[in-house]
Amino acid sequence: MSLNYITPEFEIKRNYDRCISCRVCERQCANEAHIYDEDSKIMLADESKCVDCQRCVSLCPTHALKIVKNECAFRENANWQSDTIKEIYKQASSGGVLLSSMGNPKPLPVYWDKMLVNASQVTNPPIDPLREPMETKVFLGKKPSRPERNADGSLKTDLPPQLELSMPVMFSAMSYGSISYNAHESLARAAAELGIYYNTGEGGLHEDFYAYGPNTIVQVASGRFGVHEGYLSAGAAIEIKMGQGAKPGIGGHLPGTKIVGDVSRTRMIPEGSDAISPAPHHDIYSIEDLRQLVYSLKEATQYKKPVIVKVAAVHNIAAIASGIARSGADIIAIDGFRGGTGAAPTRIRDNVGIPIELALAAVDQRLRDEGIRNDVSLVVGGSIRCASDVVKAIALGADACYVATAALLALGCHLCRTCQTGKCNWGIATQRPELVKRLNPNIGRERLVNLMTAWKHEIKELMGGMGINSIETLRGNRLMLRGINMTEKELEILGISHAGE
Amino acid sequence: MQITVEKRLEVWYNIMLIDAKQLGFAELNEKIRRAGSDCLIKQCCGQRFIAAGMNGVSVTIDGIPGNALGAYLNGAEITTRGNAQDAVGDTMNAGRIVVHGNIGDAPGYAMRGGEIYVKGNAGYRAGIHMKEYKEKKPVIVIGGRAGSFLGEYQAGGLIIVLGLHTDGKPIVGNFPGAGMHGGKMVLRGSVGGIDFPGQTSVREATEDDIEEFAPFITNYCALFGCKADEILGEKFTVVTPDSKNPYKQMYVAN
Repeated sequence: MSLNYITPEFEIKRNYDRCISCRVCERQCANEAHIYDEDSKIMLADESKCVDCQRCVSLCPTHALKIVKNECAFRENANWQSDTIKEIYKQASSGGVLLSSMGNPKPLPVYWDKMLVNASQVTNPPIDPLREPMETKVFLGKKPSRPERNADGSLKTDLPPQLELSMPVMFSAMSYGSISYNAHESLARAAAELGIYYNTGEGGLHEDFYAYGPNTIVQVASGRFGVHEGYLSAGAAIEIKMGQGAKPGIGGHLPGTKIVGDVSRTRMIPEGSDAISPAPHHDIYSIEDLRQLVYSLKEATQYKKPVIVKVAAVHNIAAIASGIARSGADIIAIDGFRGGTGAAPTRIRDNVGIPIELALAAVDQRLRDEGIRNDVSLVVGGSIRCASDVVKAIALGADACYVATAALLALGCHLCRTCQTGKCNWGIATQRPELVKRLNPNIGRERLVNLMTAWKHEIKELMGGMGINSIETLRGNRLMLRGINMTEKELEILGISHAGE
Repeated sequence: MQITVEKRLEVWYNIMLIDAKQLGFAELNEKIRRAGSDCLIKQCCGQRFIAAGMNGVSVTIDGIPGNALGAYLNGAEITTRGNAQDAVGDTMNAGRIVVHGNIGDAPGYAMRGGEIYVKGNAGYRAGIHMKEYKEKKPVIVIGGRAGSFLGEYQAGGLIIVLGLHTDGKPIVGNFPGAGMHGGKMVLRGSVGGIDFPGQTSVREATEDDIEEFAPFITNYCALFGCKADEILGEKFTVVTPDSKNPYKQMYVAN
């Protein structure tokens, strides 16, 4: 074996005064970083295998473990930083394309953190959400631009199909295959209990989860995995995935090692075969072609389900969204460049796409300018981290938000960003039965419900502070936002004033 | 009393006659759904999505259906007496589509089951990303020639091209089996001069292969009136992928 140039990224600090050699860490680590030495009866470690998922730390009964960043460093260099050097070593030894997981970790601007929310003071009163009713319900789908009447003068009340959400947040697409059965069960049950929706991603719908169909968005992507008439009819809405924030412009690829058992059956491809979602839909080369897919899905489901078109936030997103709004789609979902993924080429994840905040503001404005904003609802994702991010997104013009990374964190994810290995010690991004069973779907469901319930309270408090008692009146209300530490151009795109103005 | 053709079809054969003239696709599909029996569509003129997602009916089409004929088809039978356009049988799950003419681009995209029989030629990307799971195996039989990218990303199923066309062009265009990682492609007659991608194996059909694909050729001959013995008497070439994990070696964890 040739010399490995890469020093371990983490150091496993074991306090031997506390360690009782119970071997829990060894059993918990699917990466096999912990080793029991039979001769000396003590625990040792192979730190090159550690991914800092913190599973062993959480389960060590005597709190003997600590995972810290390895202090061993290359000579300091502002241009050639250690990640860059290590990436070169990895490629020089393998010839491979660098593959990463979860969202873009680079220190690029987070515009949510540069926007501040208004509050009512003397001239209009804030509302106390603990005492007064607050409405967080939203409906997603095409809305009429003006009231229409029948020949006899009565109001036309038949609307195109709508999704009803108890709060403006949904769990975004994660496929069965990229995440485990228990993770999907947790999401499905939590969505049903919360009165929101979860999304199958492009992996089909496991037969056990058809029961949660009224709270399920079924996805149709370029590989068409798991798509058939029963699947389309089972969901509350159908999402056409054109792109993903973490990897705009490229497809997906679930390795054959994860195509086992029910994953294989649900996707309808043989066990062990790679599941390849091509970069393009091979029948879509234009907005007209997209319209054809939208309408083929509407025909197959007899116009009972709203159709969502999901795209990654990229340059010219406003023009793209305008085209989608004219394709017959009911809802546009836009995924920003910080969105998560089970696996994406590092270079794509870290360098392609634009921040969701700018994309959202540009799209909302463009659709308003063209008079077609009511033809579609807007859903945004790509690192919505907390209730204030949701409130800011609504004020910028979104109808609702998609969250995934936050939901995974609630399930126990520690953002070690090695989903692509399939060895998730928290039972989320894995298909290994002994790992999957570590995630208890009863607890998973409860933690997701807790998280969303807490966010809902916070959304109400932020709304109350602004003197707003219905989330609908916050949508696109950019006067509620002020920017800080931003250039004129950034403020112009976001359509907000600077703090103090 | 005059008995109309429509009435005769309906009473004697339980076939509903639908005049598609001036009908939009949504109205036409609604008529097919409401018919609750087999249908004969007259004067079809480019209506898309005919019989999308349907099962349990048999639809015969006079005229030219539009794109996405039988998309998500779930067991219905469709016969079109003329040509068909693009995306026929897109993501089809079960059933049968018979085209007594040529077919456009991307027929059988991501097909999961059922059969498509085309008397004449097919456009680009026929059978792209076809799948299979255990006994559920989709089949496309093309009587003439196929365009470029035949069986691109093919992940399962069986594509048969018979080369009965007479215009002297090669049986397939460029890049057949690009990205193929499952299933099987069968080409009749000479494949000289055709470049197959590196990740595929190209060989002469064995007896086992012939046993597998012969029944579909027999079906083709029964549908379009030709002699199975004559067609099966020719040499057949079988194309299969070398690996079901084509990208395994491409990545390094970061």
